[in-house]
Amino acid sequence: MLEVKNLAKSYQKDKPALTDISFKIDPGNFVAIIGPSGAGKTTILRSLNQLIKDDAGEILLDGEDIRSANKKELRKLRRQIGMIFQNYNLVERLTVLENVLHGRLGYKSTLAGVIGRYTEEEKREALDLLDKVGLSEFALQRCSELSGGQKQRVGIARALIQHPKVILCDEPIASLDPASAQNVMKLLKELTEEFNIICIANLHQIDLAKEHADQIIGIRHGQMIFNDTADKLSKDAIAELYGTSAAKELA
Amino acid sequence: MKQPKVTAASYLGKKRLVQSGVLALIAGIYAIGCYILQFDTIQGTLSIPKAFAWLAINFMPTQSSMSYLPQIMEKLFDTVLMSIASVVVAAVIAIFFAILGSKVTGINKFMQVLVRGIASFFRNIPLVAWAMILLFSFKQSNFTGFLALLLMTIGFLIRAFMEIIEDEAGEAMMALKATGASYFQVIFQAVIPQIIPSLISWILYMIENNVRDATLVGILTGTGIGFIFDIYYKSFRFDAAGMTVLSIIVVVIGLETLSNQIRKVIL
Repeated sequence: MLEVKNLAKSYQKDKPALTDISFKIDPGNFVAIIGPSGAGKTTILRSLNQLIKDDAGEILLDGEDIRSANKKELRKLRRQIGMIFQNYNLVERLTVLENVLHGRLGYKSTLAGVIGRYTEEEKREALDLLDKVGLSEFALQRCSELSGGQKQRVGIARALIQHPKVILCDEPIASLDPASAQNVMKLLKELTEEFNIICIANLHQIDLAKEHADQIIGIRHGQMIFNDTADKLSKDAIAELYGTSAAKELA
Repeated sequence: MKQPKVTAASYLGKKRLVQSGVLALIAGIYAIGCYILQFDTIQGTLSIPKAFAWLAINFMPTQSSMSYLPQIMEKLFDTVLMSIASVVVAAVIAIFFAILGSKVTGINKFMQVLVRGIASFFRNIPLVAWAMILLFSFKQSNFTGFLALLLMTIGFLIRAFMEIIEDEAGEAMMALKATGASYFQVIFQAVIPQIIPSLISWILYMIENNVRDATLVGILTGTGIGFIFDIYYKSFRFDAAGMTVLSIIVVVIGLETLSNQIRKVIL
């Protein structure tokens, strides 16, 4: 279980980016964080694996506080948290297989990681995962040759090979065409259930959030103003998040 | 509707006025400069054709200057090797410093400032000054030329590599950091593979550049192609000197074509 208590962060004095964010998520749940640009969605997500250092609060993953972890403990905790990005953040020059195997680096000795030595088992698992995301025939191609949707699926395989408890998705479909976006969302939803993990995605598309997410968290001006199951996200709640004119358009 | 404070016509009129003002200012600076340096623009321009005519008559390689070709080629070969060697060594040193000093991979603020300082120090001392300083310690030898090229190249490449790392490696780095990879794993698995094409592109450019620069360094350090150019020139064998210049141009263009081909393949 992932539990966030009273999380707060400000980048400038007296201008809080996040205030008092608290929520709980159980395994097997796909959670969408929605809200206008600049509301603090990315700050929340990156605080969860401490790519951004927040100012106050608690973040507990199965009872372990990630905020108080030292460098070595943080590496161990990060292995349990996969992450996928809007721009995929792959090493484009390397092959699909190598990019997937990067998910294992946290488990390796520094030297083995530096020279890129992976066990047979790891390689087999990487190929299995590529099969699962539908990219097995691309394993030995360079990532730069893939389409956006394919790159994002490589990102998902890279996260899965970490054997994560949580996958964080920072605007996973913002750079994709509608069909690829649907595919990626469906895939994330299926994998969340199959592996019984927590998946948290920042989204701009309210319709996709309602369609795929189990739980929705709404953020505005750094404050959580909605946290409930997807079907409870009413027109009024959308109006409160985005303003009335946007709600009319979206309804 | 609210009337904007500045109308489009008056804005554009003002912009034209400013542009004319800047042009007038530049012309004024030139006029003052000519006056102070006692440079007569018309006389200067008129003497250009004469200079070229003299150049064409005296420096034009003739049938007999072909006999210098083997000697020129041998020295040119040395020079190309020297510039390749200096760039390769400089690249290894520069990548190390660039990783230490870039904003995304740098260890701390102090190192970032220090590396930037080292890079601009090496870069901003002119090549000629380097060569003359090093002459005192290392005398007239190939090594002096190599060292002068090396130091300047290090300065350039540190700066270039840092910018490449900052532009190209940030995203992949963040992804690997998020998986729990350690600093060295991130450097070797994300940063270096990601920047290699731009790295090679810069290395190739510096090799071309150093062949040109090696000529100048050679005149001062008494080595390579610059040295024989100097000898021919000072012994009034202008046709041989012209032949030398021509050979340098051919080799540099050849190198440029070759490296463009290599770039096409790797990018």
